Amino acid sequence: MVEEMNSPRVIEAGLEGGPGQGAVLWGKASYLLNLSRKHSLWYLLFATACCGIEMMQTGGPRTDLDRFGMVFRASPRQSDLMLVAGTITYKMADRVKLLYDQMAEPKYVIAMGSCASCGGLFQKSYSVLKGVDLIVPVDLYLPGCPPRPEALNDAMMKMQDIILSEDWRRKMTEKTEPRPQMGRGGILKRA
Amino acid sequence: MENALNKQAVSDDLMILNMGPQHPSTHGVIRFVITGDGEVMQRAVPHVGYLHRGIEKLAEGLPYPSFVPFTDRVDYLAAMFANHGYAMAVERLLGIEVPRRAEYLRVIVSELNRIASHLIGVGAMAMDIGAFTPFLHGIREREKLNDIIEELCGARLTYNYIRVGGVSFDFPQGLDAKIRAFLDTFEPLMEEFDRLITVNEILVKRCANVAVIDAETAKSYGLVGPNLRGSGVDWDLRRDLPYSAYPDFEFNVCLGRGFRGTLGDAYDRFIVRVQEMQESVKIIRQALDGLPEGEIKGKLPRKLKPAKGEAYGAVESARGELGYHVISDGTDKPYRVKIRAGSFNATSIVEHASRGLMIADLVVLIASLDVIAPEIDR
Repeated sequence: MVEEMNSPRVIEAGLEGGPGQGAVLWGKASYLLNLSRKHSLWYLLFATACCGIEMMQTGGPRTDLDRFGMVFRASPRQSDLMLVAGTITYKMADRVKLLYDQMAEPKYVIAMGSCASCGGLFQKSYSVLKGVDLIVPVDLYLPGCPPRPEALNDAMMKMQDIILSEDWRRKMTEKTEPRPQMGRGGILKRA
Repeated sequence: MENALNKQAVSDDLMILNMGPQHPSTHGVIRFVITGDGEVMQRAVPHVGYLHRGIEKLAEGLPYPSFVPFTDRVDYLAAMFANHGYAMAVERLLGIEVPRRAEYLRVIVSELNRIASHLIGVGAMAMDIGAFTPFLHGIREREKLNDIIEELCGARLTYNYIRVGGVSFDFPQGLDAKIRAFLDTFEPLMEEFDRLITVNEILVKRCANVAVIDAETAKSYGLVGPNLRGSGVDWDLRRDLPYSAYPDFEFNVCLGRGFRGTLGDAYDRFIVRVQEMQESVKIIRQALDGLPEGEIKGKLPRKLKPAKGEAYGAVESARGELGYHVISDGTDKPYRVKIRAGSFNATSIVEHASRGLMIADLVVLIASLDVIAPEIDR
């Protein structure tokens, strides 16, 4: 944490005093809030297909996500980050939208794997949604089929950077651009 | 159908509960509609199709060898078997002879994959019941297996290793020793795993006598693999319909025997998986010892154009019989590919087996069947 504050990017916060002297942490309120948000990113356990296994491995002992303060939650209402890990079919698509709507603001989405990003291997399939960004706004795309745990780890760190660099109040109030709605049996296409 | 269920529930003063498709214990996107009288279920009806990706249809637009990467996604926990079944069906269609070395390599990677899949299977079952540590042990061991397979074919999950006519890569130097080293460490770890969870009193109490499936029901629902053997039916494709290099090896077919309760309960299915991992270790050792020299790929024509006809290739996957029925119309693309997967039948038995169970035991039933969503929906 100290290193983060001494990095040239950050000038609005600092640490005074040392161990045993009663250190004082000073900084902008928004920065300090972002810092705490960044280090307790709870992600929604939403594994639909192959990428879910790599997500499990990432949460496992080797690429331990717990050290970032990331814990998986089974309920969307308790999570800040939705990891769309796997193929989304048309039947699943409105559930994804529902899950996203149930999450509390501020919320983030990572499209993990090529299926969630653009349909991937199943581009030509009649039943697969060609990218989850057609129904929910996506903050980060992670390519790979499936991405390695190291890649997901990196994506999580990039997500943390995004959170640290933004104004959380703006994130709370900003209006996301309107998304195409799922019609019953309707097929979504990229404009 | 749902409306009918709701009406009946209202009239009988029953409770309707929805579980899934986003639920950590359903092992993928499967949905269960539970009709319950308080805590006791009348039935749990599985709703499938949330991961229907149209793999069978995509096969019809692709040349024969190009479909192999798609088979990886049919069963991502044990993709080697999915490759193997398809390759076998096409080889039978073409009448290709596979070299001996390739068959041995296929057996080695398949059995490694079986261990990896069962580790997740038993680990996830323990996790669903509430014990998180065994799952992490399983993941830790699986990482080692992933490393071995990655060194062999460059992929951790979706291997695309077993191709039509053989395998894609030969063993790199030193991998033989690495597999042996893994097996040497794996056996003591299995004992540790057994002490940790298999004979754990809490797990036994949760699983024994729960969700009993007798042999007749199991057969009539078409269960395969460990689920069928857990009910005491002695049937294993590796021994009974021998394929690849399996006739060369000696191994036991593990059966449920009512270890801590009734024959065919959830605990039997759990134990069968644990024992199968030990049998897989035996098979891999034998295959490594007897690995013949030679080619790894058979002689293939430049373009695969099988004559009109059909062929069926089935392997004993980690989830039971995984069969591919390929029909050729004489062109370079299959006319139809039908995938017969064990998880579909295993899901269909949930409605029958869940009658009279407690709602909390539904998780045990689903986990003990070790179903995987893309195998159900394809």
